[in-house]
Amino acid sequence: MIFSRKPKEYINPYLGGTLLGVVLFLAFYITGNGLGASGAINRVMVAILELFAPSHVDHVGYLAHMGGGTSFSLENSGVAMLLGTILGGFASGLFNGRVKVEIRKGPSITPRTRIIMALLGGLVMGYGARLARGCTSGQALSGGAVLSVGSFAFMFSIFIGAYALAYFVRRLWN
Amino acid sequence: MAPFDFSAFAGTLPYYTIFLVIGIAFGAVLELSGFGDSRKLAAQFYLTDLTVLKVMFTAIVVACVLIFSASALGLLEFSRVWVNPTYLVPGIIGGLIMGVGFILGGFCPGTSVVAASTFKLDGLAFVGGVGLGTLLFSETASLLGDARHDTFMGRFMLNELFGVPVGIAVVLLISMALMMFWAAELAEKYFGRNEKITKDALLPKNKKKIAAAGVLFSGAVLVAVLGQPGSMEKWEAVAKKSKISLENRDPFIHPAEVVEWRAENSVYVRILDVRSEDDFNKFHLLGAIRVTEQSLTDAEYVKVLKNVPDNTLTFVVSNTEEYATAAWKRLVGSGVKNVYIIEGGINNWLKLYPTDPCVSTPITDRKLKKEELAFRFAKSVGGSCYAAHPEAQFKEPPTDCYMEAHPELKNKSKSVTRDVPFDANKKHKFTRKVKMRKSNGPVGGCG
Repeated sequence: MIFSRKPKEYINPYLGGTLLGVVLFLAFYITGNGLGASGAINRVMVAILELFAPSHVDHVGYLAHMGGGTSFSLENSGVAMLLGTILGGFASGLFNGRVKVEIRKGPSITPRTRIIMALLGGLVMGYGARLARGCTSGQALSGGAVLSVGSFAFMFSIFIGAYALAYFVRRLWN
Repeated sequence: MAPFDFSAFAGTLPYYTIFLVIGIAFGAVLELSGFGDSRKLAAQFYLTDLTVLKVMFTAIVVACVLIFSASALGLLEFSRVWVNPTYLVPGIIGGLIMGVGFILGGFCPGTSVVAASTFKLDGLAFVGGVGLGTLLFSETASLLGDARHDTFMGRFMLNELFGVPVGIAVVLLISMALMMFWAAELAEKYFGRNEKITKDALLPKNKKKIAAAGVLFSGAVLVAVLGQPGSMEKWEAVAKKSKISLENRDPFIHPAEVVEWRAENSVYVRILDVRSEDDFNKFHLLGAIRVTEQSLTDAEYVKVLKNVPDNTLTFVVSNTEEYATAAWKRLVGSGVKNVYIIEGGINNWLKLYPTDPCVSTPITDRKLKKEELAFRFAKSVGGSCYAAHPEAQFKEPPTDCYMEAHPELKNKSKSVTRDVPFDANKKHKFTRKVKMRKSNGPVGGCG
């Protein structure tokens, strides 16, 4: 059974980086644009919100921009890419025996703490990603490859923010 | 030439399929590199496993070398590639906030999607968190007011920051990345595997890694040696692609059509005059901007010329057509859209829309030099005569020299208007050639 394969080792990071670099180049070469994820996640949320409160979407400027009026927030190239990312991640996980319902966490915290921290971290990350106009993929990776000054400033800020806090939350991971 | 223009079939299934396929490759590579595992990602910040830094920077430098090599070889039109615009302060603050989210949650948005796709529940929770975070931002964006648009610097690249050619910036970036990889290997040894760092261990030994670093560095040097194509090299490719032909005189526009466009309210007509300051002062079209050949080679200035609304229509003019054509090639090559040349230049213009004979008369007594103004001006009128704005449908107030020629009008000068020396309503025969195109400049970002 494919789900019970023995998990394989991850590939060499430099090889992984090279492959990622080639994918990033092809994205730029074909579409003129890099990779991304957070914008599409935002659009999925807008689509969900649209189901429950369509008029709210029309009234909040930032939301209306994506899904106001008759426009449908999921009709977007980024959303197609997000769907691809899920499929690609799943396919690779499947072939390498890494698709498994589980929680990856540090040894000294409970699964519950891990889930709460993941949710909280995601929330903070999502907010920051919108403020910075892109996440690690859309802003740091894509902008970095085309030498955008803002993208490098952003990238180093992420590392500074994370390193500055790492010591205080070490119990989460060690 | 790449990148390809998808505007014709945007929103169709094939269009989305392209992005879907790119996404599949993206997701698979992230998963293969171990980015679906939060512990591996968080280890970056305890210096025990620097996979995040290695993968990210390898990807950046590999893509960077490929992109700028392709551009240097004329395979990729870089002006149509999206470069994330710089909003310095929101970017830095957003980055710091994201750093906090990264160490708390163990993912970034892209990697959490991959983790969730392999059924990691913490990844799924993180994706949900990101969704809520983006919504929270959407709801509160208005509270930030203009602060989130502060320190906007536009399309601003490292080579511009350091004032060096693109190729040199690429070499510097690759050198920095290689040094970071070297430090990362040592950090993993020391923090991750508790090995002592001996003098011997400082030198990289893995032959494969050294070879790969060599290939990458040579690529960067090649980019620097080749240099990026200038606007003159690019225009041919652009002209070929958009099927503009100088032989068929496609970009040459009859002055009467220019006058028509100038009267059109929905279009912003811009006249770029490439003549000498002397000729420009003698006579120019009202509102014309004088540009020098040199300023058209200045990247900063060309950026300003390009940064105009979609409804901008640009005409280049010189005394004849020669200099205007050269400038036009540069503008087209730099990616300025909707740019044309005024047929026959100012000399032809003044034939169709003459000034008062007492202001200028055609030079007929000698042969004209190359690109010489074909009219002798008794005085400099700049843009302040009827011929400089024939689209304005009013009568011309008398010029000083006209008054001198007609002493009987002397006491009535305030109330005198007269017909202009040409028929403003005369329909010149011409074929309309201007086709306003929507700018297909780069679009993108995580919006």
